[in-house]
Amino acid sequence: MAENDKIIDEVTTNDYKYGFVTNIEQEFALKGLTEDTVRFISAKKNEPEWLLDWRLKAFSTWLKMEQPQWQNVHFPKIDFQSIIYYAAQKKKKKIESLDDVDPEIRATYDKLGIPIQEQKILAGVAVDYVMDSESVITTFRESLKEKGIVFCSISEAVKEYPGLVQQYLGTVVPARDNYYSALNSAVFSDGSFVYIPKGVRCPMELSTYFRINAENTGQFERTLIIADEGSYVSYLEGCTAPMRDENQLHAAVVELITHDNAEIKYSTVQNWYPGNKEGIGGIYNFVTKRGLCKGANSKISWTQVETGSAITWKYPSCILKGDNSIGEFYSVAVTNNYQQADTGTKMIHIGKNTRSRIVSKGISAGKSNNSYRGLVQIHKTADNAYNSSQCDSLLIGDKCGAHTFPYLEIKNKSGKVEHEATTSKIGEDLLFYCNQRGLSNEEAVSMIINGYCKEVFKQLPMEFAVEAQKLLSISLEGSVG
Amino acid sequence: MLSIKNLNVAINGKQILKDFNLEIKAGEVHAIMGPNGTGKSTLASTLAGRAEYEILSGEVTFKGKNLLEWSPDERAREGVFLAFQYPVEIPGVSVTNFMKAAVNAKRKHYGLDPIEAKDFLKLMKEKMDLVEIKKEMTSRSLNEGFSGGEKKRNEIFQMAMLDPTLCILDETDSGLDIDALRIVANGVNKLKNKDRGFLIITHYQRLLNYIVPDVVHVMFGGRIVKSGGKELALKLEEQGYDWIKEENSELINQ
Ligand SMILES: Nc1ncnc2c1ncn2[C@@H]1O[C@H](COP(=O)(O)OP(=O)(O)OP(=O)(O)O)[C@@H](O)[C@H]1O
Ligand SMILES: [Mg+2]
Repeated sequence: MAENDKIIDEVTTNDYKYGFVTNIEQEFALKGLTEDTVRFISAKKNEPEWLLDWRLKAFSTWLKMEQPQWQNVHFPKIDFQSIIYYAAQKKKKKIESLDDVDPEIRATYDKLGIPIQEQKILAGVAVDYVMDSESVITTFRESLKEKGIVFCSISEAVKEYPGLVQQYLGTVVPARDNYYSALNSAVFSDGSFVYIPKGVRCPMELSTYFRINAENTGQFERTLIIADEGSYVSYLEGCTAPMRDENQLHAAVVELITHDNAEIKYSTVQNWYPGNKEGIGGIYNFVTKRGLCKGANSKISWTQVETGSAITWKYPSCILKGDNSIGEFYSVAVTNNYQQADTGTKMIHIGKNTRSRIVSKGISAGKSNNSYRGLVQIHKTADNAYNSSQCDSLLIGDKCGAHTFPYLEIKNKSGKVEHEATTSKIGEDLLFYCNQRGLSNEEAVSMIINGYCKEVFKQLPMEFAVEAQKLLSISLEGSVG
Repeated sequence: MLSIKNLNVAINGKQILKDFNLEIKAGEVHAIMGPNGTGKSTLASTLAGRAEYEILSGEVTFKGKNLLEWSPDERAREGVFLAFQYPVEIPGVSVTNFMKAAVNAKRKHYGLDPIEAKDFLKLMKEKMDLVEIKKEMTSRSLNEGFSGGEKKRNEIFQMAMLDPTLCILDETDSGLDIDALRIVANGVNKLKNKDRGFLIITHYQRLLNYIVPDVVHVMFGGRIVKSGGKELALKLEEQGYDWIKEENSELINQ
């Protein structure tokens, strides 16, 4: 047990030792963020003493850290001085009515088929934006409460379930884990909290679809999901509102914990604003997501569809500590124009007979760059561990790039690892064939892409899958001539 | 229905089709034979609108309109179908889904609503029977892992589904076993009607035993150098292309 904990500690803090190297030059401004800022946030939220201390500790850790430089992304034009760290102080043009919304955004919503009322909510038009989204959650909350399920914002959880929050917060992603997790721990503004009690199967999908957009200020969300013994929950995170803005830092932390025989299915459809066609603007999406399969026979499954953001780096990971636990990672990452994505997963096998499966589908178009980075680690204790990885890259056009960085560390001989990687292109032949059957280039690309991503889309709840498909088509629009 | 006049086509700066002429009337079946590299597939691709092929000069009218003005997908929706010599694979896209998209693209073009699920299934069933395709085939990814013969049969199935006006078959018979050849040929024969024209590219007289052509053309050096009845195919099979070469030495050497 002590041995296990040591390993967890190691794997959660030594993130950057795995040969992740790159040669970017960047400067990071700390301007505007001081201990007082942290105190201010905490005070504003009426937080208990222990949480303020926790934040302050994270802050001092962060001060001592250096920003990571190993990702295969480049951002030469960032003026870090212009990034505002405390979300609540973010300068954002106030949108007074729907008419103020950029016509391009509206067109996107039209294409998504999201009704006008929801458009308003998503665009952050009205002041009741937050209220609206709160009420959505509250509706859930009442019916869920009967089953003992807690689903609320993390700020509320701190007040109403301080014991649970204190017990689990930062146990999977400690503040010191990495630069952005430390930052997040110091200044996180809000996020979701979910607790599923023993033996309960959550009867509905829990979703933060509106709320993340609602939070005009949601740049540093913190999500914590705990599935107690024998429970199950499917959680959806939708970031489908494009934000028109300058480069913005979005550094969230998500922690999942499953006890014995529990299962968490976490799905994300991420569509933050990717910047314009010339690569100006867009979100820097630097997110730490990690799940701990703490109990035996537990399971954590990540599914992500990443279409937005100017720069994405995130590695939803699983620490498979419980014997026979299972980790899964299904990913579609699309980059177009000047977008850059460095994403993948880490599967850390600690318990016996642990299994993991990785299916990654990268799609690059325009002048974008798409990297898959995956680590499979099989520790000495992990007898009969098994991993299968499938990493595919699809190129549209010849100005984009796809890269695959698989890392393997196997310290137990009984472990079995299977890795498969392919790179393909939507070539003239394929397009012409589809054209010859009457499909336009856009219809053809959309169909080919959906076929290519099928294995991942299959993992998503129905409506989400449909939305993801549409999003993909939209984000790749105009990528072939 | 299709009229090609003095068509000159180049690829990568190299001229392949030279003053090519061909007239196909509705209801007719034309066969084109000719040695490798003579430009048969070039002709097929040009008619279907493949971008790499550069039209140097000439005219192509289809149903009385200028075919060359249309994009490849417009041509397809207007009724030009090409059964490919080398069909491509589309992973993750089932034959059924592919066909639904294609059928609906055409319907949209003619201002119709997407096809009803039950009508679509009926149509699928009917056309599957035509070329004796098994049901499990249609839920597999398009052409992925299909045998050479299965791919060709699938092309004819698609042709049947899309109800084209001009059917171009580029060596559909190559790679088919004897039974499959018969099945495909029967399928094509059933699709023959008074409004539809066929342009069948083949190397083997054998196919023409099943699909009896109205005219057989011999292509050489990028143009049709001889046209005749079914017996021309037989003669080619017996004697090869040398005599054609001799007969047309002047033209070929120019
Ligand atoms: N991309 C290209 N670049 C240069 N030459 C090409 C290209 N594609 C085709 N060709 C040439 O054009 C000529 C005609 O080719 P085509 O495929 O039309 O012949 P074909 O009559 O269909 O032959 P086969 O019976 O072997 O199918 C050939 O000499 C071929 O090498
Ligand atoms: Mg050919």
